Amino acid sequence: MSFINYLSREINCKIVYYGPGLCGKTTNLQYIYNKTNPEAKGKMISLATETERTLFFDFLPLALGEIRGFKTRFHLYTVPGQVFYDASRKLILKGVDGVVFVADSQIARMEANLESMENLRTNLAEQGYSLDKLPHVIQYNKRDMPSVAPVEELRSLLNPNGMPDFGAIATTGDGVFDTLKAVAKLVLTELKRGGAGG
Amino acid sequence: MTNPQMVMYEEEFNQIQTIVDRVVREANAQVVFIIDKNGQLIAAAGETDQLDTTSLASLTAGNIAATGGIAKLLRENEFSTQFHEGERANIHIQLVGNRVILVVIFDNKTSLGLVRLRVKKASEELNSIFEALLSKVQDPQQSTPFAEITDDDIDNLFND
Ligand SMILES: Nc1nc2c(ncn2[C@@H]2O[C@H](COP(=O)(O)OP(=O)(O)OP(=O)(O)O)[C@@H](O)[C@H]2O)c(=O)[nH]1
Ligand SMILES: [Mg+2]
Repeated sequence: MSFINYLSREINCKIVYYGPGLCGKTTNLQYIYNKTNPEAKGKMISLATETERTLFFDFLPLALGEIRGFKTRFHLYTVPGQVFYDASRKLILKGVDGVVFVADSQIARMEANLESMENLRTNLAEQGYSLDKLPHVIQYNKRDMPSVAPVEELRSLLNPNGMPDFGAIATTGDGVFDTLKAVAKLVLTELKRGGAGG
Repeated sequence: MTNPQMVMYEEEFNQIQTIVDRVVREANAQVVFIIDKNGQLIAAAGETDQLDTTSLASLTAGNIAATGGIAKLLRENEFSTQFHEGERANIHIQLVGNRVILVVIFDNKTSLGLVRLRVKKASEELNSIFEALLSKVQDPQQSTPFAEITDDDIDNLFND
């Protein structure tokens, strides 16, 4: 649920990075954080375990610029990907305006990708949202790993709606900003249409 | 649309700010702020310049969300109040009308009893302001300024 503040002339939107454990959601946010001017970002918060797995969420507030005199601010969140943190994932999804689904391109993680996508649909449905109506993009991450599935195969499994999708290497930043821009654009376009969620 | 769009207008903002300012004064608090359940900061008063209010807002909302999840598991409605006592700073978190969160940070210059009293009064007032705000937002006469933006406006945002 975006938040329009007529007083400070700001529009705030919430974007959630979703996907299986270790697919690179936190790495996406870290890269964005490292490459953004200090004026355009706030502090990045990571609630993580001692082994740097996301425990509750990562949070990064970002300012993208102005549209018609309104400052656009995006709050980026990641969910914990590990299966047993499902209750936390549901909480983070509340009030979401747009989703980035980060898939792990490695063949060995195909099952985990599908399971996470199914879990996303279920958790959105519980809140009365439908993924088909929610602005979202897909990122095929870890393209640098040795045994990865071809993008076409990932696409046919994970992107039946033909949403914008990107190959990425989050550790080097390949595709990271393309992904972010695409989802931000979809969210703003949805706002213009005056809808949200489902 | 499951959640109505959160919108803030000048009139309601001024009413809210007045209440927040008053709580700082009357409860003798260091900082008072109001955030929505998604962690967006709505209003703040007191010694806010030493605080990262954006981070605080997001963490407090996360905290309320987690506690709400626990409540659900226990078949409780909601734990609407939380209090954390530190060595120098204390924080009182109050869920208002299941919609927004009123946060008071205070030190030993005041007491929990006084904070509670002021929070209770402010909660009732805030609740009716947000109720009015919500019905205003749901009024189809109110259109968003974003209906007017063009695809070019959106593209331009990413070209500079
Ligand atoms: N080779 C390679 N490694 C990556 C890439 N993206 C992330 N990693 C690594 O994968 C590991 C897990 O990345 P995270 O970003 O923590 O994964 P996550 O999705 O946040 O995981 P959870 O918090 O458990 O859900 C880290 O060691 C990253 O450095 C990539 O594109 N290529
Ligand atoms: Mg993570």
